[in-house]
Amino acid sequence: MSTFWIVLTGALVASACSIVGCFLVLRKMAMIGDAISHAVLPGIVIAFLIGGSRDSLLMLLGAAAIGLLAVFLIQWFHQSGVPSDASIGVVFTALFAAGVVLVSMYTRDIDLDLDCVLYGEIAYVPWNMLQIAGVDIGPKAVWGVGLALLLSVVLIAAFYKQFKICSFDPAMAAAVGIPVALFHYLLMGLVSVSTVASFESVGAILVVGMLVVPPATAYLLTEKLGRMIVYSVLIGCASSVIGYFAASMLDASIAGSMISIAGGIFLIALLFSPSHGVVLRKIKQKQMVRQASIAE
Amino acid sequence: MSTALYIWLDPNVQWILFGSMLLGLSSGVIGSFAYLRKQSLMGDALSHAALPGVCIAFMLSGSKSIGLFLLGAAVAGVIATFGIGFITRNSRVKQDAALAIVLTVFFGIGIVLLTRIQHSGNGNQSGLDKFLFGQAASMMLSDVMIMAAISLVLVTVCSLLFKEFKLLSFDPGFARGIGYPVAFMDQLIMFLIVVAVVVGIQAVGVVLMSALLITPAVSARYWTEKLGMMVVLAGLFGALSGLIGTFISASGNNLPTGPLTVLVATAVFALSVAAAPRRGVISKLLLRASVRTQVRREQAEVSGERRNRAV
Repeated sequence: MSTFWIVLTGALVASACSIVGCFLVLRKMAMIGDAISHAVLPGIVIAFLIGGSRDSLLMLLGAAAIGLLAVFLIQWFHQSGVPSDASIGVVFTALFAAGVVLVSMYTRDIDLDLDCVLYGEIAYVPWNMLQIAGVDIGPKAVWGVGLALLLSVVLIAAFYKQFKICSFDPAMAAAVGIPVALFHYLLMGLVSVSTVASFESVGAILVVGMLVVPPATAYLLTEKLGRMIVYSVLIGCASSVIGYFAASMLDASIAGSMISIAGGIFLIALLFSPSHGVVLRKIKQKQMVRQASIAE
Repeated sequence: MSTALYIWLDPNVQWILFGSMLLGLSSGVIGSFAYLRKQSLMGDALSHAALPGVCIAFMLSGSKSIGLFLLGAAVAGVIATFGIGFITRNSRVKQDAALAIVLTVFFGIGIVLLTRIQHSGNGNQSGLDKFLFGQAASMMLSDVMIMAAISLVLVTVCSLLFKEFKLLSFDPGFARGIGYPVAFMDQLIMFLIVVAVVVGIQAVGVVLMSALLITPAVSARYWTEKLGMMVVLAGLFGALSGLIGTFISASGNNLPTGPLTVLVATAVFALSVAAAPRRGVISKLLLRASVRTQVRREQAEVSGERRNRAV
């Protein structure tokens, strides 16, 4: 049973992250995902210190607020003349450092472990069950991540067209009257919420990986946004299932193996994708050269 | 206060402080070039990518020798730069996504290896996880000397090749035109970043090493328009952050060094954003206020003249 819950949590995290991740990859903001997932740490810690427990709504809100604050600060520095990559680097390292110091200062008193924060302990998910009227209804992590996934699915399905235009052509989106800034912050809010919901059960590194690696893989496989989202969810789920069994075989970190598997799938797509693969493109080039020489 | 005094007098701690200072200095200097070439986040990717290198070096050798770790991390870093270059050149995945992919996948592999080492029951492995956040206080004197020596080499290389790097940062096309080996110098700068990251891992940790490359450079940019001045300032800010961060961490409260150093660097950055001449927030507000009063005065004069004329 615990295997099922762990795999389910992994798959939910992968789905929640890869849906919003598709838009990040398309908008060339992949590193923003990295930044948010690191930057929410102080929010989580502060909310934890105030609320005193690990599963409060307060924690989710605090972390999401800090995530949006990070996005806002990055935007602000960027507008005042700092290149965007440097402003990302400054903001998230500062917030993450503050979070790590807070954790280290209070780590003796609370059960919020630094390693756990960084690469997560998805293996502990089944031990933290949610009970209603004395009946186990599944681990808390599953419910948290599931709700975050539901939220992204609902919002993105409702405003699919707007998100799509904003990602491919923000100038046109502004011209036809779509509030671009609103959708920017809405997307960032979704990234924050998915990050925070996933963060505590699986750690920052799995979140960042799932935000970027499956969408980038799907990006190499298709030209349609709808298909890209579906593919990336499938790839994310596949890597979390395979990664779990690889981890139990190797007796190693589950989150780490899930990312490694996702990386392997990306490498395969990079080399052998039918439309964009390196190897197949080389073969096609050779064929064309041969045909050209025959024609001559 | 007495403990603080005691720390200053301990020769071991003096060395550690000296080493962290040099580390901050060299990473600030190299970070300036990375900043101008819009490669700030490269340091982030490379420092995460160093983790599997460190783990493999440990697995192969079974000992915690700093030299082997540096070698492993440097090899992993070079592979990572080639990986990022390969992905961006050969597919339609953009550089930001390529960075993020290489960063997370390498780090994920590193975590897998690290947990394997931890579960293998090798008694020698304890302290390997210190590489994640750095613990300057646990460094040996020989480690610090290696760190200081490599930092000095980095600063020397940067100052000797200052003119070439300057041209490369601002106008690579022109540099190629007058016959500089641009591709080689690109790789050289990347390699210097790798070395700076690798050297800093033990003191600052893989997670936050990138901040030492980015934050001092960005802070320095606020104060000056000249590259030479910016490099000097970045080095100075980096050295200051390394010194103060390590000092607080070594004062016995057992906080990890990396985050403290980064927080000091961030404080310097915040100060720069607020108080820098011309680009700082305060001076911009003052400028805006003075322009506003001037415009108001001129408007008043103009309307006054008009009224006089009408009368």
